[in-house]
Amino acid sequence: METFNVFDVLLGNNFLSALISVVLPLVFLVIYALIAILGELKISAWIQERLGPMRTGPYGILQPLAEVIKLIQKEDIVPAGANKLLFNLAPYIIFAGSFAGFAVIPFTAAFVPAEINIGLFYVFAVGAFAVIGIVMGGWASNNKYSLLGAMRSASQMISYEIPGALVILSAAVLANTLDMQKITSLQEGGFWNWFLFGGPGGFSKIWILPFTLLLSLIYMIASLAETNRTPFDIPEGESELVAGYHTEYSGMKFAMFFFAEYSNMFIVAAILSIVFLGGWTSPFGSFMSGYWWGIFWFVSKAMFIVFIQIWLRWTLPRVRVDQLMYLGWKILLPFALVCFVIISLYRIIY
Amino acid sequence: MTTRKILDIDFSRIDTDRMRLNVGPQHPSTHGVLRLEVELDGEVVTNVIPHIGYLHRCFEKIAENMNYQQVIPYVDRMDYISSMNNELPYVIAVEKLLGLKVPEKVEYIRVIMAELNRIANHQIAIATFGLDAGAFTPFLYLFRDREYILWIFEKATGGRLLFNYFWVGGLANDVYPTFKEDVLNIVKQVRKTNKDIEELLIYNKIFIDRTANIGVLPADVAINYGCSGPMLRGSGVPFDLRKAEPYSIYDRFDFEIPVGKGEVGTVGDCWDRNIVRMREIEQSCRIIEQAIAQMPDTGDVQSAIPKKVRPPKGEVYFRCENPKGELGFYIISDGKDKPYRVKGRAPSFVNLSVLPEISRGYLFADLIVILGSIDIVLGEIDR
Amino acid sequence: MIDYFKYVWTWFYTILIGMRVTLKHLFAKKVTIQYPNERYPIPPIARNRLQLDPDRCNGCMQCSRICPVQCITVETLKVVPTDPEKPRMFDGTPRKIWVPRYDIDFAKCCFCGLCTTVCPTEAIKHTTDFEYSSYTREDLIYHFSDMSPEKVEEKKNLLAEWTAKEKAAKAKQESEVSSKEVN
Repeated sequence: METFNVFDVLLGNNFLSALISVVLPLVFLVIYALIAILGELKISAWIQERLGPMRTGPYGILQPLAEVIKLIQKEDIVPAGANKLLFNLAPYIIFAGSFAGFAVIPFTAAFVPAEINIGLFYVFAVGAFAVIGIVMGGWASNNKYSLLGAMRSASQMISYEIPGALVILSAAVLANTLDMQKITSLQEGGFWNWFLFGGPGGFSKIWILPFTLLLSLIYMIASLAETNRTPFDIPEGESELVAGYHTEYSGMKFAMFFFAEYSNMFIVAAILSIVFLGGWTSPFGSFMSGYWWGIFWFVSKAMFIVFIQIWLRWTLPRVRVDQLMYLGWKILLPFALVCFVIISLYRIIY
Repeated sequence: MTTRKILDIDFSRIDTDRMRLNVGPQHPSTHGVLRLEVELDGEVVTNVIPHIGYLHRCFEKIAENMNYQQVIPYVDRMDYISSMNNELPYVIAVEKLLGLKVPEKVEYIRVIMAELNRIANHQIAIATFGLDAGAFTPFLYLFRDREYILWIFEKATGGRLLFNYFWVGGLANDVYPTFKEDVLNIVKQVRKTNKDIEELLIYNKIFIDRTANIGVLPADVAINYGCSGPMLRGSGVPFDLRKAEPYSIYDRFDFEIPVGKGEVGTVGDCWDRNIVRMREIEQSCRIIEQAIAQMPDTGDVQSAIPKKVRPPKGEVYFRCENPKGELGFYIISDGKDKPYRVKGRAPSFVNLSVLPEISRGYLFADLIVILGSIDIVLGEIDR
Repeated sequence: MIDYFKYVWTWFYTILIGMRVTLKHLFAKKVTIQYPNERYPIPPIARNRLQLDPDRCNGCMQCSRICPVQCITVETLKVVPTDPEKPRMFDGTPRKIWVPRYDIDFAKCCFCGLCTTVCPTEAIKHTTDFEYSSYTREDLIYHFSDMSPEKVEEKKNLLAEWTAKEKAAKAKQESEVSSKEVN
């Protein structure tokens, strides 16, 4: 399918189309965050044989809205010994970092806010932004728990970038490009063309099929750690560090952290679905394929991965900080490296 | 990754700033109002000082101004999640002072109730232990089952947590007609949930990594500190008062004493302490089933209750196997209707005292897990 | 090396087992209920708020004596034989004692049920009502006596009159006796 930005075509390449391209993902993000929060509440409740929120609206579907309104109303507290500037800046930096990632996410063949040829690299580059915000927030709070959480978070997120980046590197080797639209277009024509199953190509891809499956698994685990979700939520591990780096935050600033977490969840889910699950392409070849269907496929694939993230969160206990490092450096990294080497060899041979 | 030794660092040699962290009394995982003063070197715990007393209610002094019957509600409130087990040593101690013999049926109901409460207590212990390790879902599965047990208590005694059910010489009232069936159903349900919990939590590799080889309590240290209950048995010492000096009618039942064997790590680590509780639930189920089968249907549960509890001059110490350990009551009577002195030997208090010993050199996250594995109730520690 | 792969495998495998358990529960029947709309049945034996039947209370004060937390305050007045009302108990026997004040402080009550077991007339009982929270502690002190302040005043006066009369009669008798002795 041909890829282009629909607003550039309709309005011309001017300021207005750029503005719309920026605002549209934000609108999407807000709606998605509300749905994801509701999903988190409901799925956790159902897993635990509870009903979950039931009072706000039919079956409690307005609960996330109510919570956002509550957070907006709450008093904005800055602790006495805090560094005001950094303390106030941190949530915005985290949110900006996670929102910047949306710039290169192709929602459908006809819409990607900024089509750049190093999209995957860009996502990783701006994704690392969040660490700065977390360390700033944790240090500026003048709270020992926050400081511990920030230190843990920094080490965790940096060490998990590496296996994640290796996975993306392997995918780039396989696809021969870093452009998200091109990667997605390559996987058109049915789910057997997904990079999860070795990508497009003849029967020879059977040699790398186990390795691409493994790669997607590695990325799944690494992305959980990058977004600070259970079982890797040690920066905010509530039983040890109360709430980690955002212990002292309240009201709207806390909402920003919350928002950024869900936005990060979507970004990693989107990358996983673009790189391994074919993004906006239909899993059944040309059946149900098109520009509008593209949005549906992309969002439902990403949401499925978000669901798995939520599901894992309510199943597993939390790992300890040294085990997390062990897992990242001694398990995920060697496995990713082996996969990378084999995929490169395959690429050279075929 | 299978073995992890205590970090062997000579802290006095490295001159770094230590961080003093106050954990509690309002911390999510201090099991009540315990305050821990933790000295951290980075994330490594170099020292822990537990501060207690936030829940002190002068139980022992109040008891001197109450008659023997009125003390029982206070005894309930010591370890408020296993009240039946608190009442048992107290009433048996007073009965010993009086030289009373209680009817057969009373003994059976007491054993069934105490064992049901032991199950409820261990369920909380495992649930909160999982919560400390970060697993939220098993917590609610276990609480759901505990709720069913509490319903039985409510139907039989009128109270959900604080029963005032065991009286000196008998029971407050007889159990309701369908009691036996209800209890057997609960036993079935408890076993079913235990299977889920084993799959979801106990044998989960992350959980094993978190708890195995952590907070190792060697048997000699446990004995020297006077630990009892699952703390002691987790270290591989098969000491259970129900077997060692059978009280009530425990000598009639066939059950085993589960001990920690170090299946996934070292003997006496957190995982062992937890699995001992897990297996004790199964043993309690066995005791309950046997007791239900043997329990006489007829009999007056109040026939032996004395009109006025006025023991002769003397003193008595009686200890029972509380879910948390050895709970003993030392009662001195001066011949009046009020005790001259009541002293409770609280197992949680003794078990907590070993915390600094077993948590030095571990990470801060381990400290929380170790604290969870001790299974303390502050109501009992502070009394 | 084998240990390493074994470790990785158990790590992965046990996570899958855990996910199977939670997935099973995801579709299971839910156990919680919508509380104020639906409730679990409370057994009649349950010990919740206390309720006094003033008709049955004979003012023996046993409940206030047995209470471990002293949350029951009872005041009594003797019924004078000349009382025009000729008060009766619930079973028709003549009432000997008025209960002008019977207060229970539910902020203190520990719901042990001792007061209900000692009560000879079963006047005080636990109900199944557990929803009686209030905004102030004073609201938690329940006044169970059915006597109005005027009536209490009246009975007090009656008693004072009667005791004065008694005293006078006694004094008269005594003076008579003493005068006899003198004589």
